[in-house]
Amino acid sequence: MFRSSSLKWTATYAPRGVHGLIDIQRQAWHTCSMLTSGLVKLPSTLFEKLWKSRLIAEMDGGWALIHIDRHLLHDLSSPQAFSGLRREGRRVRSPELAMAVPDHIVDTHIGRDDATVPGGEAMIVSLRSNAREAGIKLFDIGDAYQGIVHVVAAERGVVLPGMAVACGDSHTCTLGALGCWAFGIGTSEVEHVLATQTLVLRKPASMRMTVRGRLGKGVTAKDLALGIIAQIGVGAVQGGVLEFAGETVEGLSMEERFTLCNMGIEASARSAMIAPDDTTFQYVAEKAALQFDLADAITDWRTLRTDADAVFDEEFAFDCAGLEPQISWGTNPGQTVGINQTVPETPGSASPRERDAARRAMDYMGLVPGQPLAALPVHKVFIGSCTNARLSDLQSAASIVAGHRVASGVQALVVPGSSEIKKQAEQLGLDRIFREAGFEWRESGCSMCVGMNADRVEPGQRCVSTSNRNFEGRQGPGARTHLASPATAAASAIVGAIADCREFVSA
Amino acid sequence: MKAVRSVAGPAVPLGRGDIDTDTIIPQNWLITTERDGLGIGLFSNWRYLDNNFSPNPAFVMNEPRFEGARIIVAGPNYGCGSSREHAVWAHLDYGIEAVIAPSFGPIFFDNALKNGLLAIVLSAQDTTRLIAQLQAGPRNQMRVSLDRQEVLGPDSQTYRFAMDEKRRQAIMQGEDDIAATLRMSAAIDAFQNEDRLRQPWLWPGTPKA
Repeated sequence: MFRSSSLKWTATYAPRGVHGLIDIQRQAWHTCSMLTSGLVKLPSTLFEKLWKSRLIAEMDGGWALIHIDRHLLHDLSSPQAFSGLRREGRRVRSPELAMAVPDHIVDTHIGRDDATVPGGEAMIVSLRSNAREAGIKLFDIGDAYQGIVHVVAAERGVVLPGMAVACGDSHTCTLGALGCWAFGIGTSEVEHVLATQTLVLRKPASMRMTVRGRLGKGVTAKDLALGIIAQIGVGAVQGGVLEFAGETVEGLSMEERFTLCNMGIEASARSAMIAPDDTTFQYVAEKAALQFDLADAITDWRTLRTDADAVFDEEFAFDCAGLEPQISWGTNPGQTVGINQTVPETPGSASPRERDAARRAMDYMGLVPGQPLAALPVHKVFIGSCTNARLSDLQSAASIVAGHRVASGVQALVVPGSSEIKKQAEQLGLDRIFREAGFEWRESGCSMCVGMNADRVEPGQRCVSTSNRNFEGRQGPGARTHLASPATAAASAIVGAIADCREFVSA
Repeated sequence: MKAVRSVAGPAVPLGRGDIDTDTIIPQNWLITTERDGLGIGLFSNWRYLDNNFSPNPAFVMNEPRFEGARIIVAGPNYGCGSSREHAVWAHLDYGIEAVIAPSFGPIFFDNALKNGLLAIVLSAQDTTRLIAQLQAGPRNQMRVSLDRQEVLGPDSQTYRFAMDEKRRQAIMQGEDDIAATLRMSAAIDAFQNEDRLRQPWLWPGTPKA
């Protein structure tokens, strides 16, 4: 058994003010002289270490050939890639480094089979036959471990610290919580990885978000993620890699870290990551039958952290003090406020385009400036997605739901992140709590987060959703999505309106 | 990939920022195992009033003067969100072969250039100016020249743009990038063999020591 007590480490995060400037200069001069004499390595960020480790070859013009250690496949983005491969007479190079799971299009009703919305079955059948033909491990419908690809890949120990991981899904950044470099790709790149087990990439920018302060009662990792995006904006990371660091992040559980990294892409971080530590190693140790000696791996993984003097392309900071449960009001995840705040007035300094964007978002959402979010009636509540459908998410929601009823007229869904999580939740009796309260208890899949199967929000309906995107039409044409934590979603289902979960949380 | 050197034709202004790929191609169009025929779904929630595809006259792409548009000029962070390459295929199937914006969603940007959809970055100032000119009309003919790295505005003013040289050449030559990487197979083999020894825990099937 893995014992965390024997694996203590020292935090390298050291806030540095103006006082440290002279020290830094002295240190910089010292480092320079050491470098020129070849005695010292340049201080590196976590990402730079991962990049260097997975680098096969440098190419002209700043490009590089990068090894992809795990390739995750699902029903939405892979069929066309396999077709392309076949058309060119190419084979899958390293099928043992891939896994496949149907999640986007699958039906979520208990007792389901391949049948789903018209045309969807062909996507599942295509994934299945492609995986079988190539010899790729498949967690099929009915398999005990089927689920949302990013949840399953972590839960099955498929993805580990130190890897480069690619998947044809933008929320692949979720897996960076394990201390790996995980990023979303398109179908052309899926085909490239299938054929070569590599990608040709330019090194992305390294950025860091340092978070400090304690999360208050009823304030979760989801609220932290939304609060951060509201502060820095949806375009802030510009396709770069965002490392989350600082005392708050170090204190998060593995499941909370997945939630935080999951939302990275909503700030345009193609990858998000957290340096692996004892929390990570504990999680990995508990995962499915590892075939290697963990001690050797951990010795190596301990070096996967940003060096004290490493320089980032950009640094951000976030203070959790005063952070309330968050709720999005608009049509991108940055349009988010505290649960007891109002739809913001557009500031006088806003450009015409910003003004227009805010007006359009409010029109779409059926809101006006200054309107309170709390007490706004809702039609649907969705607890699910790769953001917030892990066991702790379901426990958090269930603790609020217990002893209450879903308000009349509200359809409330719980869609576990994986079939394994569903089973664990049932063993804890969570399904009974949800069902007795009037929630629908479903099989695992992406469901109402992406609205591809039959789980949709109808035009004009308002939904409090634990998913990651509130884009126009994301949960169905005309759907009005309010992003929030599982606790906020649960409280809103009971009240029948957007509600402050803290009123349900015992001290 | 089809080789592309330049794109010329009517340009349509989409003066919003953060246009996401869910908006570009809503989820109901993703229920397919094909790349073709997605043009009808491009901006479908904005383009149509109902399920019978009645055109929404308020949507700029439905204005007669922008019929047959081949270029979109848009606000920042175009194509943010989902990795769905369907968003790129939908543009090309509709007839849009270039998008000009101050910035792009990172995955959309890569997807676009892999398919020969010219994702061109111009400054916020220049795109704002182009959008205003297109909105004011009547001139809406533009050209994007990859070989000259120039955008020609509706008033015939030229704007230089930067593009990574490897990507530019790949598009102009219609390069098969998988074939190019397969030529590096020996290096990939060598890396895999060395890494199996260096970090056996990353490799499935490696026996426990």
